[in-house]
Amino acid sequence: MENKEFLADRIRTMEYHLNMGPQHPATHGVMRMILTLDGEEIKDVEPVLGYIHRSIEKMCERDTYKQIIHLTDRLDYLSAHMNGEAVALLVEKALGIEVSDRIRVIRTMIAELTRIASHLLWWGVMGMDTGALTTFMYAFRDREMINDIFEETCGARLTMNYNVIGGVRYDLHENFQKRVKEFIKHMKKKLPEFDRLLSDNVIFRKRTEGVGYISKEDAIAHGLNGPTGRGSGFSCDIRKIHPYSAYDMVEFDEILLNGGDSFSRYKVRILEMWESLRILEQLVDKIPEGEYRMKTKAVIKLPVGEHLQRVETARGDFGVYVISDGGKTPYRLKFRSPGFANLHGLNAMTKGEKIADLVVNFSTIDVVVPDIDR
Amino acid sequence: MITLTIITDWLMKYMSADAAFYTELVIVAAIYLAVFAIFGLFLVWMERRVAGFFQLRLGPNRVGPMGLLQTIADALKLVTKELTGTKKADSYLYRLAPYFVIVTALMSMAVLPFSAELQAFDINIGLFFIASVSSVGVIGIFLAGWASNNKYSLIGGMRTGIQMISYELSVGMVIVTMATLAGSLRMSEIVELQKDGWFIFSGHISAIIAFALFMIAGTAESNRTPFDLVEAESELGAGFHTEYSGMNFAYYFLAEFINMFIISAVAVVIFFGGWLSPFGITDSIPYMGVFWFMLKTLFIIFLMMWFRWTFPRLRIDQLLTLEWKYLIPINMVNIVLMALLVWLGLTF
Amino acid sequence: MTKSELKEKISSWSEELNFVEEGSEFLVVEVPAHLLRETALKLRDDKDTAFDYMFSMTGVDYGEKLGVVYHLESTTHHHMIEMKVYTDDRENPAFDTLSDVWPATYLNECEVYDFFGIKFNNHKNLRRIFLEEEWKGWPLRKDYVDEVNMLIR
Repeated sequence: MENKEFLADRIRTMEYHLNMGPQHPATHGVMRMILTLDGEEIKDVEPVLGYIHRSIEKMCERDTYKQIIHLTDRLDYLSAHMNGEAVALLVEKALGIEVSDRIRVIRTMIAELTRIASHLLWWGVMGMDTGALTTFMYAFRDREMINDIFEETCGARLTMNYNVIGGVRYDLHENFQKRVKEFIKHMKKKLPEFDRLLSDNVIFRKRTEGVGYISKEDAIAHGLNGPTGRGSGFSCDIRKIHPYSAYDMVEFDEILLNGGDSFSRYKVRILEMWESLRILEQLVDKIPEGEYRMKTKAVIKLPVGEHLQRVETARGDFGVYVISDGGKTPYRLKFRSPGFANLHGLNAMTKGEKIADLVVNFSTIDVVVPDIDR
Repeated sequence: MITLTIITDWLMKYMSADAAFYTELVIVAAIYLAVFAIFGLFLVWMERRVAGFFQLRLGPNRVGPMGLLQTIADALKLVTKELTGTKKADSYLYRLAPYFVIVTALMSMAVLPFSAELQAFDINIGLFFIASVSSVGVIGIFLAGWASNNKYSLIGGMRTGIQMISYELSVGMVIVTMATLAGSLRMSEIVELQKDGWFIFSGHISAIIAFALFMIAGTAESNRTPFDLVEAESELGAGFHTEYSGMNFAYYFLAEFINMFIISAVAVVIFFGGWLSPFGITDSIPYMGVFWFMLKTLFIIFLMMWFRWTFPRLRIDQLLTLEWKYLIPINMVNIVLMALLVWLGLTF
Repeated sequence: MTKSELKEKISSWSEELNFVEEGSEFLVVEVPAHLLRETALKLRDDKDTAFDYMFSMTGVDYGEKLGVVYHLESTTHHHMIEMKVYTDDRENPAFDTLSDVWPATYLNECEVYDFFGIKFNNHKNLRRIFLEEEWKGWPLRKDYVDEVNMLIR
């Protein structure tokens, strides 16, 4: 049996390069990937970035701390609030400003609403990428409710610009509690329906189960984080490990699944939406009274040294690292984006699989390209 | 043999028998071309409205009453577009490819029995003719993928070719099953035989299995979701017709909808009684069969559109696994089952 | 492990490692360039430190020196550490690559090369990842001047 030679092994094949170019319906943003293919099997994926690079890190070296918060909304625009929260928390911790409980609860509630909005959009796009085009419409219709809440309170729908150093910009609108309660009731009816539409579908299961497997050790070594890492069993929720804002006041579970494949990563995000609804329910009736904006000095100067603040956005573990020399502007500021860390995991997940699997894997990593390119 | 005797008689007054024959051929071809175009436009409108209702929105409803003229506006737009093409494309094959698909679709339409009196080409191997002609349509897609000189188109063309060739087998086997029940391949005779009961009821178990298989294989034949990997917009741009624009693209687009119509029409003829009305209510009225035929065909087309807007799509190897490892064995068992039923006289 | 225990453990590996206590909430280890790979491997493989998650890699221009700051975290012991490595050479700075120690550094090293010009030896495909291939200069350095694109107040 050892000498048996198959004809297929003697046929000489050649690898070729295929460009999934910057304009492409499946890459969520302008990103280019150069695939090395052998037939339909992928041998290597190499990303070429920079199509939306705006040199935000260099700009931050010339802006004061109050101005930097305006730039953070544009990094990962689907979790705009949480990016600004990271910078605000960093400055408040360094200067020793104590924020009132009301501010912490408001920040947490808007953050959880942003998380649900981001995961809804992800769900719609995931259905669209696998071919069920209707899910996109359903997800956007429900996301409109969240956008209306934001518009009333924060003034804008997507890039909210609501955090300032020392608190939030405006107080809550009087309709806020009522609208959030309506939204929670509506979502609790809709989420099981959405879940069943894709998760119980045989075709969807066959497209995602067993596809893009990555083990827990590989996930940690490649730096995968957020829901992507939690789908492989890596416990990395910053809300639990280093709690901030009002997360130590509420009860919620960290979702960990051990599958390691695309279906687990999909399921983690659906279950996270349930947990966010649970947090909102616990907080909506107990918003404490207090100030919505603490007094700070007019010119903010951080003490000499280094500061780090980590926040859990919808994509994963977002970090802000500042090296300060005591002046008005930071000496060096670095945004650690979760998408950039997850991108290299794509290579490990897709070795030996087909192009259709690459689209599914890329969709479960949930990349927003301005987050990577900064 | 052409059964439009009215036209033949009228023409015989002015010309000799031979000239009348050829003129009649030309007139009938022109009528079918017009029906092809108008029906294609109507189906596109229907798809957009149905999609809108599934997605909780209205489809096009501004241009014309209920948006019926929307597709004509789109067709005008496509006609006035520039016909781009790449320099390195093989220009002869590139321009030849769409014609394969259109011609085969038109040829298949010619044998469909719209009513007892309206059938252009009533040969005694009608069903077999449809199956063989639709196989030729695959060549058009291969040519398009190859002649565009584009990696994406080539991959798309290869995938389509494999898919259509595989599912032709399933469609052919279902046709064999129903021909066993009918005892004939001639389309008008199959419809006549269903006057006592539609085949889906008289062939009970075996016919119902055959219908399910036919719906799956038929959806795959016309490249609709869940089998539309060819034009998987999320992956490869537009598959094999990436390099086509304007009228060339319109050819493929219309041909897809007409293919869907043909598959539905064949399903109606071999399962649901063709142009017969339920319980024979209006069978005596001439030309009324057209109404029933269209109604049933539109219902099956609606079913195929429902599939499209609900299911995700299958990957290419899953698609082929489904066909070769599951559908073909079931089909073979079903043929034997139907043969047994007919031989033992167990049909209704 | 607390800061002092970590400091004891790591200083036992080599004499040349420098420790900085103030200025940051984590322990800072300053590693000379020739010991970078060895220290990284020991930090990852040793059972008491077990730093298996590389959280962030930052290039910094200190004025005369160029350097890289690694933030490492352990998922079993839940402690964090900062590892810094410097070089005085501004013309051709080079460090050893750590992409086989922690694969997460693969794309980060391309980014540091793109913005600071620091080369990494034995990297599989070091290339400019954000800017164009033909861009001249290293933008995030403090002495970078670009008349057209930069606006300085």
